[in-house]
Amino acid sequence: MSLLDRMLTLDRRWIFLVVAVAVTVPLFLHLEQKIEITQESRGVFEGLSGLPAGARVIMACDFDPGSAAEVQPMAIAFLKFALSHRLRVIIMGLWPQGPMQADLALRDALRDPAVAAVAPQYGIDYINLGFQSGNEVVIQRMGSDIPMVFPRDSRGQAIAEFPIMENVRNFDAVAYVFNLSAGYPGTVEWVQFAGDRFHARIGSGTTAVSAPLYYTYFPKQVTGVLGGMKGASEFEELTGFKGKGTRFMLSQSFAHIVMILFVVLGNIAFFASRRRKRAGETAA
Amino acid sequence: MGIELRRAILLALVLLAGTLLSHARVGAQTPGSAAEPIGAPLLPPASVVADDTPNDSGRSLTLRWALSPSDREEDGAFAGYQILRAQSPEGPFVAVGDTPARTAEFVDNRELRDGTRYYYQIVARRGDALAPSVIAGPAIPAAQWFHTGRVNTLIAVLVLSGLIIYFIEHARRGRPIFLRKIAGLDAVDEAVGRATEMGKKILFIPGTQDMDSVQTLAGIAILGRVARTTATYGSALEVPVSRSLVMVAARETVKESYLATGHPDSYNDDMVYYLTDDQFGYAAALEGIMVREKPAAIFLQGHFYAEALILAENGNSIGAIQIAGTAEPSQLPFFVATCDYTLIGEEFFVAGAYLSREPRQLGSLKGQDLGKAIILALLLVGIVVQTAGIFDFASLFVVQ
Amino acid sequence: MKRRIPLLLTTLVGVIFVVQFFVPHKPFSDMQGLLSDWVQIIAAFAIWLGALNLMRVSAENVQRRERNWPYAAIIIASFLAISVVGFFFSGGTHFQDPGTPFDWMYQNVYNPLSATMFAMLAFYVASASYRAFRARNREATLLLLAGFLVMLGRVPVGDKLSGFLPEGYRLSNLADLIMNIPNKAGQRAIMIGIALGIVSTSLRLILGIEKSHLGGEG
Repeated sequence: MSLLDRMLTLDRRWIFLVVAVAVTVPLFLHLEQKIEITQESRGVFEGLSGLPAGARVIMACDFDPGSAAEVQPMAIAFLKFALSHRLRVIIMGLWPQGPMQADLALRDALRDPAVAAVAPQYGIDYINLGFQSGNEVVIQRMGSDIPMVFPRDSRGQAIAEFPIMENVRNFDAVAYVFNLSAGYPGTVEWVQFAGDRFHARIGSGTTAVSAPLYYTYFPKQVTGVLGGMKGASEFEELTGFKGKGTRFMLSQSFAHIVMILFVVLGNIAFFASRRRKRAGETAA
Repeated sequence: MGIELRRAILLALVLLAGTLLSHARVGAQTPGSAAEPIGAPLLPPASVVADDTPNDSGRSLTLRWALSPSDREEDGAFAGYQILRAQSPEGPFVAVGDTPARTAEFVDNRELRDGTRYYYQIVARRGDALAPSVIAGPAIPAAQWFHTGRVNTLIAVLVLSGLIIYFIEHARRGRPIFLRKIAGLDAVDEAVGRATEMGKKILFIPGTQDMDSVQTLAGIAILGRVARTTATYGSALEVPVSRSLVMVAARETVKESYLATGHPDSYNDDMVYYLTDDQFGYAAALEGIMVREKPAAIFLQGHFYAEALILAENGNSIGAIQIAGTAEPSQLPFFVATCDYTLIGEEFFVAGAYLSREPRQLGSLKGQDLGKAIILALLLVGIVVQTAGIFDFASLFVVQ
Repeated sequence: MKRRIPLLLTTLVGVIFVVQFFVPHKPFSDMQGLLSDWVQIIAAFAIWLGALNLMRVSAENVQRRERNWPYAAIIIASFLAISVVGFFFSGGTHFQDPGTPFDWMYQNVYNPLSATMFAMLAFYVASASYRAFRARNREATLLLLAGFLVMLGRVPVGDKLSGFLPEGYRLSNLADLIMNIPNKAGQRAIMIGIALGIVSTSLRLILGIEKSHLGGEG
């Protein structure tokens, strides 16, 4: 079999192996990369950094472990920034796993020295209201009565007992909604119901594959969009809380280059085989 | 006049001039304010207006006021406004909420009763100092029967629905309707035939969302047509689903299709079975089915998210013919790259009508197309009007 | 009759939902929330339908030693393990609390499995790209070039490679331009088309022309 034929019928497992090496090797390299900030990511940061201490922010966790690789670094960076700047964080989710992922992010965030110095307290500086089923209807109901939708926190305690929920009736008491979204329900529903109907200010953190769809809402309906791991690394850069988003960007860079090389290789093989076929037809 | 007296008068004039000058400088430092120095007495807000909240189901009043002259960014001690309410101008007034500084609006929906008169006072706060406004009211909450902020949506709904219904009637009267070729739908018979020849099964995946998604309904409509074909050809059909309600609907659809084609005995409930609601658990299970059982034809018709590429690439790796259809924009590129045929967006929704060729369904497609033409025309008009700055055309399309 | 009542119900509920969008007055204002609650309750009960079906089919596969029956046994074992652990082994605390066996299973079993499945997309994107991204014609070539620019522009290495270019012309700027202009335009166009398709399909459902949700022919 000629080289050309081998290229055209390349077993995909070779591609998988090369991608695996391209993603793994950079984890052991310690190379610094300059992260360029896009205006979409800056929009999220500016939406949050302009808030005064004590302002309430909803962290809507609409993602699961599958998308955690891209979205979890955003959640951690957000919590570190919010808690260290004394913003009061109300965690909730329209996906069952969302609040659980937020709990994992919280454990990480609370260990950070900048956050530990502020010593945030559960029920005063942050609270986890847990998951509520109903998709976009939950958001609509929150627009009129949040305590009715979430009468208890994720551990079953009445929210009236927590100072952070005092005087919180609807989105008027909330300065910003940061939605971590991996599908439905997600940013589209938050924009349609919380943003368009109740004029809540919204920022989105989402997977790279969904980000192009949410860019259409920027800047009028969302203040910003963090797209994929790149968005996570940009947000970490802006907040100063570097984490996995930044660390794994080198792997992403290598993976992109490898994919481009494969596409180029595939096209070389394609054009070569086309030329061979034409030459064969001419000879015939 | 003695020298001492002249000196005294000169000193007094200098002091007076200095005092006046310092007041003017303070006024210049706080533009837009009523020249209210910090530390001066707290002033109340003015022009308080209390009205029924428009376009709601009642039991809500909206208050607006002019900010207190004391409400300035430099005055960090200014704490905001407290809202007091009573059912008569004489009181008693009770607090119903508060707003931060630089906020001049409040929506009161706390235990109001429609038809009852309410009076309000807005109290500016700075530390322990309070400055109440004049009493505003009466305001009477009431529910509205029509949301005036959605007139544009009503017009759009009426126009679009009107067009669709008109063309449904038009088609019912037997007038022919042209439909362009959709390669993916024409390939359904080819895919089923190929699977039958190879003696392998057909895998139909109706997406990962529930029956409340229109895409799932569209996918099940296509399943009905595919099931008719598999019943006719005698091919094995397998429909693993991700939602229990989808399982029930899919079973009914497949059973009806087998009945309609005269093959009720070929139908078996286990053709349609539930796997899991979990997105990646479902994808993993389907991957295993594809790799182990190697179906010859795979239909991916429904609402998909990230699992789309996993399923389609796996199907490609086993050499199956794949026909995909979804209206999820983020997944369309993956289907286009990995499947033999892809129904993009609207093509997916017309599949049921296209395959059945039922006149009423075809008529609705024409109405839909005309609706799109109207939107295109509006877009062109909007681009010209907005770019020329004639007026804010886009504001006509804001939905409250 | 079997079909007529469900069709009537579909029409009634569809019309109510459209009307409630325009009529804020009660009882319409409560309709969306009320009906949504009903859907949630039905879906919650229906989960048992699916779960029991899965258990029955798996148990039959194991009993009859059908092909690939070990996978069916794993399904049954996993389902029982996580249910029993969640219900009965939380030590008096909430089952999601840190340190509970359920939390351990969530972090160490479910989390990695789910993340792994998603991570496989990276490999599949590479193999799909190698196979499908060919410059067959002008449009495909244009798409390919745009893809290269975006892929390079979205990672720091892109700016490193184009650092010699003036600000505003580097790969990241080009990638932003592609995402902000042609991508947004294309996405919006597809969204408008899809929205029209949804309106048309919904109208067919409300008018009873489309009957797929009842398990019949449209």
